[in-house]
Amino acid sequence: MNDKTDPFDGRRWHDMGGDPAGPVPDADHDFALWEKRVDALMIICSSKGHFSVDGLRRVLEDMPPSSFDEMSYYERWIASIAQNLIEDGVFTAAELGQTMTDVKQRGATYGDAAHG
Amino acid sequence: MPHDHHDHLSPSGHPFRADDDVPLSYWQTMEIAVRELLIAKGVTTAREIASQIEAMDARSPANGAAVVARMWSDPAFCAQMRVDASAATREMGFDVGPMKLIAVENTADLHNVIVCTLCSCYPRNLLGLPPDWYKSRAYRSRTVREPRRVLAEFGVTLPDGVEIRVHDSTADMRYIVIPARPAGTENWSEDALAALVTRDSMIGTGLPKSPEGG
Repeated sequence: MNDKTDPFDGRRWHDMGGDPAGPVPDADHDFALWEKRVDALMIICSSKGHFSVDGLRRVLEDMPPSSFDEMSYYERWIASIAQNLIEDGVFTAAELGQTMTDVKQRGATYGDAAHG
Repeated sequence: MPHDHHDHLSPSGHPFRADDDVPLSYWQTMEIAVRELLIAKGVTTAREIASQIEAMDARSPANGAAVVARMWSDPAFCAQMRVDASAATREMGFDVGPMKLIAVENTADLHNVIVCTLCSCYPRNLLGLPPDWYKSRAYRSRTVREPRRVLAEFGVTLPDGVEIRVHDSTADMRYIVIPARPAGTENWSEDALAALVTRDSMIGTGLPKSPEGG
């Protein structure tokens, strides 16, 4: 892992192969609907040419190292998908912000906000 | 084996997770907003998204197990897999898309393991979505440095004489491990053989089930 006081060694944080780390966590879960939707949006948008898997990864890898520990996998993905779609001109950051505000007002749970 | 659970699982083999009832998070809000904007702009439809999710849910390690069992049973198919695994699995209905698929075969002297050190690349067409531990820092970091220790954490201890080969997947190239056919399965049907093939045995962090039922 790079510390700010160290000179850059040519590897960014996502390039973690060979680094020391703790035990492999016994972690698995059945994906929630919203996570499956994120995955589906990536496949649909990339198959229609709005951005590529390289675009997805470029934004993921530009995130700070802390994002790996603080955000879940599909949280990082939806952030990257949104950034790529803004760059592609599908919608603007202002439209995304306004829609998120509208969504939040529909209810306090995912079910309420998604179906409202 | 700590990573192969069989109790209290959904049909896809994972624990159930609360879904609609949880408090709305910032990133869930973004997912809803992005999805609705994509539909409003005519990029996609709710039906297309639902179909994509159904297609993804239909992919499970049963696909990979069918491929492994056929390789064990059918020398001509085995030869096709060695030449072009992408084409051979596509013919079975398991389309890997534009990626290159390579089947790496275990023998008495060689054990293969797959990892994606840079992200989470995985043979989704054959195994479904990757488990969380496959995407963890520990698995990504350590598997290429100390695979024997990582395998031991999965309950797989191999004799010192067995070579371990670790394959680092990329966005364009995916691997699937073909475990060695268990002894004592001569004349078994492909379906019976496939039932021995676990997800982890196709990642390399597990071995097939024992034919005696273990």
